[in-house]
Amino acid sequence: MTIAIPPESPRLQPTGWLRYFSFSVDHKVIGLQYLVCGFAFYLVGGALAGAIRTELASPVSDFMARDVYNQVLTLHGTVMIFLWIVPVVNGAFGNYLIPFYVGARDMAFPRLNAVAFWLIPPAGLMLITSYFLTGAAQSGWTAYPPLSITTPATGQIIWILSVLLLGGSSIFGGINFIATILKLRRPGLKLMQLPMYCWAMLGTSILVVLSTPVLAGTLVLLSFDIVAHTGFFNPALGGNVVVYQHLFWFYSHPAVYIMVLPAFGLVSEILPVHARKPLFGYVTMVYSIMAIVGLGLVVWAHHMFTSGTPPWMRLFFTIATAFIAVPTGIKFFNWLATLWGGRISLNSAMLFSCGFIVNFVLGGITGVALAQVPFDIHVHDTYFVVAHFHYIVFGGSVFVIFASVYHWYPKFTGRLLNEDLGRLHCALTFIGFNLCFGPQHWLGLNGMPRRVAEYDPQFTLINQISSVGALLMAISTLPFLWNVIQSAFTGPVAGDNPWNALTPEWLTSSPPPVENWIGEAPLVEEPYGYGISPDELDLAATSGRDLWSSGK
Amino acid sequence: MTTTLPISEQDQSHPDSGHEDHPDHRMFGLATFLVADAMTFAGFFAAYLTFKAVNPLPDGAIYELELPLPILNTILLLVSSATFHKAGQAIRKDDHSLCRRWLLITAGLGIAFLVSQMVEYFTLPFGLTDNLYASTFFAATGFHGLHVTLGALMTLIVWWQARQPEGRLSAANHFPLEAAELYWHFVDGIWVVLFVILYLL
Repeated sequence: MTIAIPPESPRLQPTGWLRYFSFSVDHKVIGLQYLVCGFAFYLVGGALAGAIRTELASPVSDFMARDVYNQVLTLHGTVMIFLWIVPVVNGAFGNYLIPFYVGARDMAFPRLNAVAFWLIPPAGLMLITSYFLTGAAQSGWTAYPPLSITTPATGQIIWILSVLLLGGSSIFGGINFIATILKLRRPGLKLMQLPMYCWAMLGTSILVVLSTPVLAGTLVLLSFDIVAHTGFFNPALGGNVVVYQHLFWFYSHPAVYIMVLPAFGLVSEILPVHARKPLFGYVTMVYSIMAIVGLGLVVWAHHMFTSGTPPWMRLFFTIATAFIAVPTGIKFFNWLATLWGGRISLNSAMLFSCGFIVNFVLGGITGVALAQVPFDIHVHDTYFVVAHFHYIVFGGSVFVIFASVYHWYPKFTGRLLNEDLGRLHCALTFIGFNLCFGPQHWLGLNGMPRRVAEYDPQFTLINQISSVGALLMAISTLPFLWNVIQSAFTGPVAGDNPWNALTPEWLTSSPPPVENWIGEAPLVEEPYGYGISPDELDLAATSGRDLWSSGK
Repeated sequence: MTTTLPISEQDQSHPDSGHEDHPDHRMFGLATFLVADAMTFAGFFAAYLTFKAVNPLPDGAIYELELPLPILNTILLLVSSATFHKAGQAIRKDDHSLCRRWLLITAGLGIAFLVSQMVEYFTLPFGLTDNLYASTFFAATGFHGLHVTLGALMTLIVWWQARQPEGRLSAANHFPLEAAELYWHFVDGIWVVLFVILYLL
C-alpha cells in the first residue's frame, strides 16, 4: 500500500493483511516482513540446533550420520546468522524505526528496500531445500577450503549462491540506511539529536558496505575453484588457503559487529524508556560506535592465530582487538549509569535488556581472552569459541531482539503483550541459555573440539547438561509464540504511547498511519529527556551529553 | 492504516518525503554502491598481491604479459571518459544531437575496449586454470570486463533515451546520463588501478 501511486492506478497495492505478502514499498510493512520471515528462519535454525544438541547428548553418533551432522551444523550457522540475526537487527527494526527517527515518511529508496527484502525468502528456501535435494553444504558457515572444495559440490554451490543473494540484500539495505540517515533528516534535526539506534545503524551500514562485497568476491572465486577447477584456494593446484581465510574474515569479523551494533542501538532505546532516565553519555556512545566501526575493520586476523600468521601480525591483531574492549566497555558502563538511580519497571523488555547486559559482559570478557595469542592457540576450534560466540550473538543480539519485540509490539499492533508470559519467556530463556552455553566454556578449556559429531566419553555429563539447557531454550519459545499470536487478537489495547516514551515513533498512532504522521513530522530535539521537565533541562548534568566537549 | 492523503496534498506539504525514490539522493545512493563495488575489486587485488608475494610460480609455469595492447586499452578507456564528459556538457546546454553523438562515440570506445580485451585473452600464452596468477588475472580483468559491458549497455540505453522525441533527458533533468557517467568514470578509474597492479607491478 502506497500513497505515491495515484488512486486511479491499476497497480494499487493490496491493503489489510494481504500487503504483508506483497511487494509493498511501505517501510513499516517491509520491517514486519523482515521480522516475521526472520523469526520463521529462527525456528528452522532452532530446530537444527536441537538436532545438534540431541546428537551431542551421547558421545557416539547415533542420532545422525556424521555427514548429516555436518550438514545440519552448516545450515544451523548459516540460517541463524544470515537469515535471522542480520536481517532482523538490521532489516526489521531498521526499516521500521529509522524513517521515524529521522522524521521521514519512508526510506530513501523504497523500491530498492522491497527488493532487498524479497531476496531473502528465495535465498533461504534455496538453502534449506538443498538439504532435501542433493545434501546441503558440509563445510560449516565458514566454508574453509580445501574442505569446501572436497566435500560434495552441489550443496556447496547452492550455499554460495544463497549467501551471495543474502549479501546483496544486505548491501542494498546498507546503502538505503546510509542515504536515509544522512540525507533524509527532517529540516532542523541535527545529527547529534538522533536517537542512538540511528548511529548504530549508520555504523553498521558502513561496515556492511565496506566488507560484504569482499565476501561476495571471495565466494565467487571459491565457486570457480569448485566448478571451473581453478586453484585460488586449492593447495593441490598451488593455491593459498590462508588468503581465503583473510578475505573471509575481513567480512566475517565485521559481521559480528553487523549483528551486535544494532543490538547496542536498540538496547540504548529501551533502557531510558523503562528506567525513566536520559541515556547516559550520548556523545561517548556515538564516538564508541564509530570507534568500533573503525577498529572492527582491522582485527580480522585474530581468527587465524593458528593459520601460520607471522609474529608481527599476531602482535598487531592482538593489540587492535584488545582496543575494541575500550569503546565496548564505555557503552557497557553508560548502560549501567543509565539504569543507576532510575525508576526501573521490571517488565519483559527491561528484563531481556538486563539479561543482555549480563550475557554480553561475559561474552566480551571471553572475547578479550581469545584475542591473546597464547590462550587462543590453546582453545582454538574448541567449544570455548562456541560458547564465546553464542554469548555474543544469542546472549547479546537475540536477547535484544526479544526485548525489542516486547518494547515495540504495542507500536506494531496497537495491543500489549501479556507480561506474565513475557517474564516466563525471559526466565526460561535466560536459564536455558546459560545452562546450555556456560558449561561449554569448561568443555573447550578441557579440549573438546567443535564441529565434530563424536567426542571423548569423559565429556558426556557436561554435554548432557548443555543439551538440557537447549531443551529449556526450545520450550521458552512456546510462551513467546502463544503470546505474540494471542495478543494480536485479544491483548489489551495499548493506546498510542503505552510507555510514555519520547522518541518520535511513539508520537503518532499505534499502529502508525501509512504516512507515519498525520501532518508535519515532530521535531524531537531531546529524545531521552525523561524525568525532568523540559524548561529545566540541564543536559550536561543529566545525560553527560556535553561531558565530551566541556572537558568536565 | 487507512488514512491516505491525496498525492497532490502529500507533495505540497512534504515535497521530500513520499514513498517514491527521491531524485536528489539517487546519485548519493549510486556513489555508496560504487564504494561497495570498489571493495570487491580491492578484495581481488589484495588476493593477487598476496599470491605474488608468497606463492612462487611452479617450474615451467608461464605468466608473461605484453604491454602494447593493454596500453591501447587504457587510452581507449581514458578517452571514453572524456567523451562521456562531453556528452554531459552537451545535455546541460540542451544540445541533444551533440549529446547523442558523444554517447555513441563513448559506447563505441567501450566496445572497442572489449574487443581488444578479447584479442588479448586469445593471444595470451596461458589459460584460466594454468596457474594461480593466471586465474587471478582472468578473474580480475573478467570482472572488470563485466563492468565495461554493463557500462556500455547503460550508455546505449541513455543514448536511446536521448533519441526519444518527448525528451526523456533535458538540461534540467538528466539523472540517467549522470548516473551512467559516474559509473563509467568509476569503471575507468578501476582499470587504471588494475593496469598498474596487474601489468606494471
